[in-house]
Amino acid sequence: MTGVAKISLKGVKKSFGKKVVLDGVDLEVQKGESVVVIGGSGSGKSVLIKCILGILKADEGSIAVDGQDMAALSRRQRQEVLSRFGMLFQGAALFDSLPVWENVTFGLLAQKRIRRRDARDKAMEVLQRVGLGSDVADLNPAELSGGMQKRVGLARAIAASPDIIFFDEPTTGLDPIMADVINHLIVERVKDLGATTITITHDMASVRKIADRVAMLYKGRLIWVGVKDKIDRSGNPYVDQFIHGRAEGPIRMEVLKA
Amino acid sequence: MNFLGMIGRVVLDFLAGAGRLGLFAFHALSHCLRPPYYFRHIASQAVNIGYYSLPVVGLTAVFTGAVLALQIYEGSSRFNAESAVAGIVVIGFVRELGPVLGGLMVAGRVSAAMAAEIGTMRVTEQIDALSTLSTDPFKFLIAPRLIAATLMMPCLVLIADIIGVSGSFVLSTNKLGFNPGSYLKTTFDYLEFDDVISGLVKAGVFGFFIALMGCYHGYNSKGGAQGVGVATTNAVVSASILILFSNYIVTELFFSQ
Ligand SMILES: Nc1ncnc2c1ncn2[C@@H]1O[C@H](COP(=O)(O)OP(=O)(O)O)[C@@H](O)[C@H]1O
Ligand SMILES: [Mg+2]
Repeated sequence: MTGVAKISLKGVKKSFGKKVVLDGVDLEVQKGESVVVIGGSGSGKSVLIKCILGILKADEGSIAVDGQDMAALSRRQRQEVLSRFGMLFQGAALFDSLPVWENVTFGLLAQKRIRRRDARDKAMEVLQRVGLGSDVADLNPAELSGGMQKRVGLARAIAASPDIIFFDEPTTGLDPIMADVINHLIVERVKDLGATTITITHDMASVRKIADRVAMLYKGRLIWVGVKDKIDRSGNPYVDQFIHGRAEGPIRMEVLKA
Repeated sequence: MNFLGMIGRVVLDFLAGAGRLGLFAFHALSHCLRPPYYFRHIASQAVNIGYYSLPVVGLTAVFTGAVLALQIYEGSSRFNAESAVAGIVVIGFVRELGPVLGGLMVAGRVSAAMAAEIGTMRVTEQIDALSTLSTDPFKFLIAPRLIAATLMMPCLVLIADIIGVSGSFVLSTNKLGFNPGSYLKTTFDYLEFDDVISGLVKAGVFGFFIALMGCYHGYNSKGGAQGVGVATTNAVVSASILILFSNYIVTELFFSQ
C-alpha cells in the first residue's frame, strides 16, 4: 500500500477507573476500505470507536486521520475533521424532540450547508436512499419501529456525504431479514460515497456481507486482523470460537462475575 | 484511624465534586457569553420555564400572600401594630417569599424536567450524536436553558410579587377590615426600590442555579433509567439547597451594611 492510511491507531489505551478496556490497540484502515471489528459484548468495541470520534479521550497512544494526529489539532481543525465523519449509533440515538426529517438533516443544518427551507426536501431524498418513504418524514422517532429507527440513523449518518463512516452494531436487535436489508443498504451507500468505514458487529452475516478486513478485539487488544476470506482459516482459536459461537474454547465468558 | 480516613474521603469527594461542578459551570457560562446563540431553543425554553410555571407560581403566591397577611395581622395585634400589616407583607413578600418560594417551586418543576430530558439524551447516546453532527452540546442544550432560566425567573417572580400582594390585599380588605385605599397607600409607602431589585436579582440567581443543576446532573447521569431517576432527584435537591444558600449570600450582600 502506498500513501498514508485513512485512519491509523497506534497503541491506543483507555481505562475507566481500574477497569482497562483498551490495552494498546493498533489498526490501520486504508482509504475506501471496510474494516469490521468483532468481539464479545463489553469488549470495548464501542469505546474504540468513541475514542476515534473524540467522544472519549484515549489515555495513551495516537489516533491519526489522513496522517494528521487528532491530538495535535486545534479545536477548530478537529471540528473540521469530525465534520467529515458519519456515525450510526448502536441504539440509533435519534433526537426524540425532533421529527425524522430534522434528524436526518441535522448535521447539514449545523454546518450551514443547506438552508432550513430546503432541509425537508433534502431529508426526503436521503430517506429514499435508505428505502423509507416520505410518509415517515414528519413522524417522531419514538413512533418508528427498531428497524426504521436504524434506517433513519443510517440516513442521518450518510446525509452529509461523509468520507469516513462508523457503524456500531447496525443489525443488532433486528430480525434476520431486516438485518440483511440494513447490511445491503450499508454496502450500497458506502459504495456510492466511496467512504472508508469501520463497522462493529457480532453478527457473522454482517461480517461476511460488509467486510474487506476483519479485526477481533479481545481483552483490550486486536488479537487477529485479516482479510475476510481468511476468517474461516484464521488458525486462531479465539476467532474460531467466536465465529462459530461456541461456549467452549479459550474465551471464558465471565458468567459468574457478570 | 478508620474514622479519620472516612472523614478524609468524604471531604475529598466533596471537594472533587465541587471542582467538577465549578468547571462545568465555567464551561457552561463561557458558552452563554459567546455567540452563536440558538435563539429558537432559548425561546422555547423560555416559554417552557416562564409560561408553564405561571400556574404553580401563581397559586403558591396567592395563598402565601393571604397567609402572610393573616399571620402578621394576628402577630402585630398583640402590640397594637395592625397598621403595619401592609408594609410588612409587601417587604416580606418581595424580598424573601416571592423569590424563595417561587424558586423552590420552579426548581421542582424545571430542574427535574431538565435533568430527566438531558439525562435520557445522555444514556441513549443522543449527546454523543450531537458532537458527531458538528454541534456542541453545551451550546445547543445547556446554554439555552441557562439563559432562559436566568431571564425568566425574574419575570416570574415579579408576577408572583404582584399576585402575592394582591392575595394579601383581598384577604386584608375582606376579612380583616382594612380600608382598600389606605392598605394600598401603606403598601407603596413602605416598599422601596431596593426591595424589588434585590428580589429580582435573587430570582435571576435562582434561575441560573435551577438550570445549572438540572443540566449538570442530567449531563453526568449514567446507567439507564435508574441513573436518570437518580439525576432527577439530585437535581431538585441540590437546586433547592443552592437556592436557600445563595438566598442568604445575596441578602447579606444587599442589606448587610
Ligand atoms: N463512559 C463509561 N464509563 C465507564 N465505563 C464504561 C463507559 N463506557 C464503556 N464502559 C465500559 O467499557 C466496557 C466496554 O464497553 P463497550 O465498548 O460499550 O462494549 P461493546 O464492545 O459491547 O461495545 C464495558 O465494560 C463498559 O462497562
Ligand atoms: Mg457497543
